[in-house]
Amino acid sequence: MHGGKEDGEVGIQPCGDREGSDRYGIPFSRFLTPDGALSDAAPGFASDRGELAALYAGMLRTRAFDAKAVALQRTGRLGTYASSLGQEGVSVGLASAMRAEDVLIPSFREHGAQLWRGTRMEELLLYWGGDERGSDFAGPREDFPVCVPVGTQYPHAVGVAMAFTLRGEARCAVVVGGDGSTSRGDFHEALNMAGVWALPVVFLINNNQWAISVPREAQTAAATLAQKAIGAGLPGEQVDGCDVIAVRDAMERALARGRAGGGATVIECITYRLSDHTTADDATRYRDDTQVSPHWAEEPVTRLREHLVQAHGWTRQEEEELRAETHAAVEAAAQAYLDIAPQPVASIADYLFETLPPDLKAARDRVAEGGNG
Amino acid sequence: MAEITLVEAVRAALAHALEEDPSVIILGEDVGVDGGVFRATEGLWQRFGRDRVRDTPLSEAAIAGMAVGLAAQRFRPVVEIQFQGFIHPALDQVANHAARLRNRTRGRLTCPMVLRAPYGGGVHAPEHHSESIEAIFAHIPGLRVVIPSSPGRAYGLLLSAIRDPDPVVFFEPKRLYRAQREEVALDGAGLPLDTAFTLREGRDVSVITWGAMTRECLEAAEALAGDGIEAEVVDMATLKPYDAATLLASVRRTGRCVIVHEAPRTGGFGGEIAARIAEEALDALVAPIRRVCPPDIIPPLPKLEAAYMPTAAEICAAVREVMAWG
Ligand SMILES: Cc1ncc(C[n+]2csc(CCOP(=O)(O)OP(=O)(O)O)c2C)c(N)n1
Ligand SMILES: [Mg+2]
Repeated sequence: MHGGKEDGEVGIQPCGDREGSDRYGIPFSRFLTPDGALSDAAPGFASDRGELAALYAGMLRTRAFDAKAVALQRTGRLGTYASSLGQEGVSVGLASAMRAEDVLIPSFREHGAQLWRGTRMEELLLYWGGDERGSDFAGPREDFPVCVPVGTQYPHAVGVAMAFTLRGEARCAVVVGGDGSTSRGDFHEALNMAGVWALPVVFLINNNQWAISVPREAQTAAATLAQKAIGAGLPGEQVDGCDVIAVRDAMERALARGRAGGGATVIECITYRLSDHTTADDATRYRDDTQVSPHWAEEPVTRLREHLVQAHGWTRQEEEELRAETHAAVEAAAQAYLDIAPQPVASIADYLFETLPPDLKAARDRVAEGGNG
Repeated sequence: MAEITLVEAVRAALAHALEEDPSVIILGEDVGVDGGVFRATEGLWQRFGRDRVRDTPLSEAAIAGMAVGLAAQRFRPVVEIQFQGFIHPALDQVANHAARLRNRTRGRLTCPMVLRAPYGGGVHAPEHHSESIEAIFAHIPGLRVVIPSSPGRAYGLLLSAIRDPDPVVFFEPKRLYRAQREEVALDGAGLPLDTAFTLREGRDVSVITWGAMTRECLEAAEALAGDGIEAEVVDMATLKPYDAATLLASVRRTGRCVIVHEAPRTGGFGGEIAARIAEEALDALVAPIRRVCPPDIIPPLPKLEAAYMPTAAEICAAVREVMAWG
């Protein structure tokens, strides 16, 4: 079910950069071109207006959430935040293929996936605003919280998937990381272990082509990140990560494989980080606008809207209604977040152990009284 | 009751835990058909099967990391790291994830896992096989660090560690694996964590130690008794969170303290104990606190190892020195 090569259609390189990727026969798929045309090989759901509208709404919400989070940070009301601008297709594509009972083990840039799976915007804001309770989200209770030490999340997926197989459950673990994270040992160790035991894991790489200031080509000499699967005996493939249809399709195939006992899959989604690395970063120090701006022509949100307009008669009114709804939801969530009272100081030690050891209890009481433990 | 060695006690505790709780699973290198390089898991794979006792690839970071995933999914993984010297790749997962999962999710996800590793020198082992790096782990908030010193305590403390709802690193003194047999009731009774054990009572000096060094300390106490010096030997057993009450009460009684460990001096856990005594029982001290431990050197290869390990004679000398005060 791959979309086949469409090198000829790729005006701007990176999201479809295929150079050298054939050496290991790594397949590449894209169904939706940057100008909104859909390939005949596209999967069934891609002709369903309702499905596409839902994916579009999910991406639009992610973008609006990002914009609000950055605005809150700039006005001193949120901590350092990692925007997913330009990568909404990855987040929404991966989450829309998952079942509720699967487990998501995210990196720190999958806000769209977390929201799709039911984590609320105010919970994410709470976390990024510096409050642990944001990771005690009400929605997908078994999903992992954001992972900050890059790449350390991969082995967790191996354990989660092993738990599923030990219990005989047809569930999958989906773990997400960036291009930079694939240089770490944890990534390779986790792939290897998932391979040995044919575990139901999907390793999804958001190759946004930057690890802070280090570009993709300075990260590894491998022509693709997907080919790193081969050393672990796993299948690897690339998709255009700005094509939410291709991401969802690759995920659906990988999840079906995992559920059927076929083992783990590596999916490299090629995207581009249109924002700074985080709100603490200034990307103009290492890349200039002439490098970045061509990628605006292939970003996922406009691409799908173009298609909805061309193929499904998406109207201006529908667009405006969706935008208004999204805006209202984001504003309401931001207000709800700002209204949450901070945790009592005395709670700082309460979650280290199930039962507070005596020394820690004494320290907590001293801190609660304004001392230093 | 059975007369067993420390490694047999570990095995008995593992077998009991596997038997009593289907969520317990053992993971590690060579823990399956081979029964572990020290035979701590001998026969368990045959008895409980591959789903409960699983040989893993040689992959310490991923072994520890997958244990976090299993624990978050309500299993109780008991991981064996073959030697403590090879635990460093797992430290990232232990410090950044296992120890923090409960706290960072406000209790939504928890991490009831145990990481076992043989530690310590004195067995003429190859390079990197003699380390004693408990202090590195004891510095990590959210983690328990437990070190048994006898077959009975290995059995009871390991069972409690496995039943504990939070992550525990359990360092087994490999020099004592087969050094001593002891009657142990294999009845599934755990011993309390976070609790020090007074191995010998005495009114003159508190000798504070843990793990394999309890042997040298008890030997020294015996020798000193011949000269009329009554040394109290306290086995800390859990280094974090530790039993300050027992420690401080002992020092308040005796007024003198000698701390013994086989880890290098600077940043060793003895420093924490000395600091705590200085903060909370200085008024009771009649002599300076003394540490008996190796200097800040790398454990030598076997030919010079004897010069590295603290001995009963050195402990006696330190005790006599503090006895000269007050
Ligand atoms: C182990 C580790 N090293 C360094 C960092 C600091 N850091 C945070 S994000 C990042 C780059 C990550 O790049 P990538 O994996 O491509 O993910 P992206 O940020 O592009 O989503 C670095 C170096 C970290 N958080 N963890
Ligand atoms: Mg990146």
